[in-house]
Amino acid sequence: MKMQGNELQIHGLVACIDRDNIDTDQIIPTEYLKSIKKFGFEDYLFDGWRYLDDGKLGITKEQRQINEDFILNNAPYDQASILLTRDNFGCGSSREHAVWALRDFGIKTVIASSFGDIFYNNCFKNGVLPIKLSKEQIEELFSQTQDTSNEITVSLDAKKLTIASVEYSFEVEDNLLERIIYGLDDVDITLQDKDVIKEFEDSRMKSKPWIYAND
Amino acid sequence: MPKTLYDKLWNEHHITTLNSGESLLYIDRHYLHEVTSPQAFEGLAKKHLVPWRLNANIATPDHNVPTERGGAFNMESIEDEISKIQVVELDKNCNRFGIKQFDITSENQGIVHVIGPELGYTLPGMTIVCGDSHTSTHGAFGCLAMGIGTSEVEHVLATQSLKVSKLKNMHVRFDGKPQTGVTSKDIVLYLIGKIGTAGGNGHAIEFSGSYIESISMEARMTICNMAIEAGAKVGLIAPDATTIDYVRKHSDLDSNLLEQAEAHWDTLKTDQMAVFNKEIIIDISSIKSQVTWGTSPEMVVDFDGNIPDPELVSEDKKKNIQLAKQYMGIEADEKLTDLKFDKVFIGSCTNSRIEDLREAASIVEGKQVADTIIEAIVVPGSGMVKLQAEAEGLDKIFEDAGFVWRDPGCSMCLGMNPDQLKPYERCASTSNRNFEGRQGNLGRTHLMSPMMAALTAINGTVSNPS
Ligand code: SF4
Repeated sequence: MKMQGNELQIHGLVACIDRDNIDTDQIIPTEYLKSIKKFGFEDYLFDGWRYLDDGKLGITKEQRQINEDFILNNAPYDQASILLTRDNFGCGSSREHAVWALRDFGIKTVIASSFGDIFYNNCFKNGVLPIKLSKEQIEELFSQTQDTSNEITVSLDAKKLTIASVEYSFEVEDNLLERIIYGLDDVDITLQDKDVIKEFEDSRMKSKPWIYAND
Repeated sequence: MPKTLYDKLWNEHHITTLNSGESLLYIDRHYLHEVTSPQAFEGLAKKHLVPWRLNANIATPDHNVPTERGGAFNMESIEDEISKIQVVELDKNCNRFGIKQFDITSENQGIVHVIGPELGYTLPGMTIVCGDSHTSTHGAFGCLAMGIGTSEVEHVLATQSLKVSKLKNMHVRFDGKPQTGVTSKDIVLYLIGKIGTAGGNGHAIEFSGSYIESISMEARMTICNMAIEAGAKVGLIAPDATTIDYVRKHSDLDSNLLEQAEAHWDTLKTDQMAVFNKEIIIDISSIKSQVTWGTSPEMVVDFDGNIPDPELVSEDKKKNIQLAKQYMGIEADEKLTDLKFDKVFIGSCTNSRIEDLREAASIVEGKQVADTIIEAIVVPGSGMVKLQAEAEGLDKIFEDAGFVWRDPGCSMCLGMNPDQLKPYERCASTSNRNFEGRQGNLGRTHLMSPMMAALTAINGTVSNPS
């Protein structure tokens, strides 16, 4: 099952959330983890900040009390595809639902000074690009989005982002980036190494038999 | 070259380096629960695959299960239809693929990180993964254990391996003797307060020192459990006599295998000259009981200390502190000891083991829960912990004091089941996350040790446990 490959360029509106340590409970609260599906989380992204009332799985945006103060509720930012935030975004729970909610809402890239490790990994499995910049650069971006432009262009292959003709380079491992560009599925790729895994396992069974005592 | 414990575990499980530069790591044990597995099973089925090594997998429902089953251990006890679907789905998937599950009717059901070690499925030197960030708990046994996302759950089911890049090495040494009333929960909260919730990002943290050597496996699990709150996917403690003693009691390995294994486990320690990327040494003898005041585990102070004043901190911290105080309903000059609590929760994979319950019970014995406390609940981490506690009469001690004694599960740690805070309720909780809304929309969570939570139930406020 291959996902669709993505464009080499992401261009869109940037929504700013000026906070450190936005954890995955904030990105999508526990209630929505009850879903057994992999899609359909768009209405629950940042649920606690986006709505004034309590939500439940299955209840849509239209049935909720909207918090008009929250950026993603306000045009044009309800169409944002880029999120700009501060430090340690996506810390906490391993729930991949957090990335699914961002993806389903239409967020293609998140820019922060650092990310929670598990969240960072989960992004690449779902076509969302996390971009790490220094704290100073993040500060600059925040003021630029205020003063000059609310649009950013990200070039995936060049590993650069541009805002109002100012360019920033970012680092990301090539293999992770390729997963986004080509929409690769890890299971398929790994199973090409089936024999290598089997061989490793056979020798481990001999040298560490207690691991396999229940098999 | 001298190696750290993490390096050794990494090397032992390293299958191959991929063209991408990442490594393929062999996975010995895979724990599953109902929340992060359904989409993974669906992916597996769609690809017409079956689990690579069936018996590597152990499953149990924990997040959604109600804790008021009153012995009625069945699906019907789940009133929330949406929760029930997830538990039923786990059941179906385990049956369909033949995975061993301690289901809702099993007396061994419990929080996945509690039952793994106590049923002997967690053994030193293993690689252990689970679709749950608190998998770091199992690092207490000298395991390379970490939380993974749902896509990776599917990957591990299908290939018995994980694609990963190597973490950096970090060393935290705790030396000294704790003051009375200070527990491993206080020590780890203190560390998180010092290094912050991003302090361990990208690192595996190995804990050592005379304090670590002196504590039980239960206390070590509490520390490794919270490594993720310091940002570290992996927490580690080298196996020693305490570890082996625990494993002998809990696993059913025959003596021959055990002997072979022990010879190997003896080698699982950091070489003397090994170099860490980061090193922290903490003298724990002056640490007081820690209680969080804010909405991140790093927002923690001495129970009688001052809550930071946003006017007195640097500009970049100011906003976080203001927002947190506002959310927590804390006035400018209030201290933790001024706050009035509404609920008490003793439980979660951090602090629901037998030792935690004993410590809490020692505080409440012969006393009464304060009138101002709406509800104080004790949720044992597993069926085994529950039975053990009942055999020791702990349930009676709690109930006589006015606590409610429940059935095992994650419960109010994240409130996926009916155990939730109402808006603005203030809770003394032995869990691991005080994030906004974690225990219920607009609920206010203060993290602390089981002893401190028990004391807060009795006094209605945070006070000195020593
Ligand atoms: S007890 Fe809490 S932290 Fe632990 S596994 Fe359950 S929900 Fe997660």
